[in-house]
Amino acid sequence: MKYKSVFDIIGPVMIGPSSSHTAGAARIGRAARTLFGRQPEWVEIYLYGSFAKTYRGHGTDVAIIGGILDYDTDDTRIQNSLITAKEKGIKVRFHEDEASTEHPNTARVKIGDKEGNMELVGISIGGGKVEITELNGFELHLSGNHPAILVMHNDRFGAIASITQILAKHEVNIGRMEVSRKDVGKEAIMIIEIDQNIDEHVEEELKRADHILQIAKIVE
Amino acid sequence: MFRNVAELLEITKEEKLSISEVMIRQEMEVHDKSREEIVDRMEKNLQVMEKAIEDGLKGVKSHSGLTGGDAVLLQKYMQENETLSGTLLLDAVSKAVATNEVNAAMGTICATPTAGSAGCVPGALFAVKERLNPTREQMIRFLFTSGAFGFVVANNAFISGAAGGCQAEVGSAAAMASAAVVEMAGGTPEQSAEAFAITLKNMLGLVCDPVAGLVEVPCVKRNAAGASNAIVSADMALAGIKSKIPCDEVIGAMYRIGRSMPTALRETAEGGLAATPTGQALARKIYGSQDEKE
Repeated sequence: MKYKSVFDIIGPVMIGPSSSHTAGAARIGRAARTLFGRQPEWVEIYLYGSFAKTYRGHGTDVAIIGGILDYDTDDTRIQNSLITAKEKGIKVRFHEDEASTEHPNTARVKIGDKEGNMELVGISIGGGKVEITELNGFELHLSGNHPAILVMHNDRFGAIASITQILAKHEVNIGRMEVSRKDVGKEAIMIIEIDQNIDEHVEEELKRADHILQIAKIVE
Repeated sequence: MFRNVAELLEITKEEKLSISEVMIRQEMEVHDKSREEIVDRMEKNLQVMEKAIEDGLKGVKSHSGLTGGDAVLLQKYMQENETLSGTLLLDAVSKAVATNEVNAAMGTICATPTAGSAGCVPGALFAVKERLNPTREQMIRFLFTSGAFGFVVANNAFISGAAGGCQAEVGSAAAMASAAVVEMAGGTPEQSAEAFAITLKNMLGLVCDPVAGLVEVPCVKRNAAGASNAIVSADMALAGIKSKIPCDEVIGAMYRIGRSMPTALRETAEGGLAATPTGQALARKIYGSQDEKE
């Protein structure tokens, strides 16, 4: 079941006019910001389906950029986000893509700075609810319902065990876990949904574990 | 977790609970939260709805200029005339319109289940409130009952116009409101389900065809239709009228109709009212003037 809470239905509290095109778009932008972990220098956004056809009317553009600026769905600053981004020196580009996607409300967000970059695909499935379906080329299913840790690592034996051992040591319970790799021995990813947010020192310890390339997290 | 309306009704029967109570208990259990936390959060949503109606009844105007001010016109008309459809029904319509006018003006609303359909549930609630004089707790319960039905629709069909057309948004919202009106009026859980089924049946096939892609025309007035449909169907269910097609099968029909709806009629602004000569002219006017500004 995709919807697990009554507040997915009665809610969110949000700035209009569209829950999927405005609130959902803001949440996709915010997921990108959270996973990237800092304010980016540039953002490129590709819009598909109904997003591409109607984004100006629905304020999808201002909402995604609002999310990139770390605003929540009910933050009235969303309305001026394009101007704010410009003032902060963030380069923003939008592309309307004709390609057909599985879901009608799909956005691809490329975000980066001198230090690095990241690419994710988010879908807005209705009523403001979103799912992240792709991260740096990996397919995944991230609902954002729970805190989560995303670990980019090299595909080696023991990499998964080293992460789960650290979590076990700090008594962090895993609710759901997904592993995926590009090819044998190449880059891989672990998506770990947990019951509570982790402390910074746990995150630091995870970063130092064997074969780990990068850690990102979603906090509740 | 209940997966469909049949299971929801089964729980109300076995445990002798109202629909709102089943929803509250499930939320507590699944999310490991106290009753107080959950009820407080819903109270905040209720306050947002109340404020949006208040703002809309003072009069707002959207950036495009397409919508705004109709809620005020209705309230004035009600005060100065003997209305045909009656005060309660028109009050619901004006409060639904008020909410969606605020939404179109990029004001703050609570999605129920979506922003485009945010008027139906509060419109019906705050109109029926004048007649039934509910406690604050009963008003909060109204939202949990609406939510319980919306939860089933979202998990078995869809609630977005882009996925299933307006029937999935305003159709679902109106039906949710209808079921909650029945509970507030003292009806049984079964009667809530009948009201839900009757309302949704009357909204089946409704397409999502917003002019210029804006959540304004026809969305605001569709919420007016949704709120009135909700109250009329609630009265029908309370009178003892049953839907020949059971609730879950109506939701299934809504899903299949949505699946076979062409893309042009699912929130792409390419068909229906958006494609009429006037719809196209309005779109050109709105974006033309915006482009000039840029």
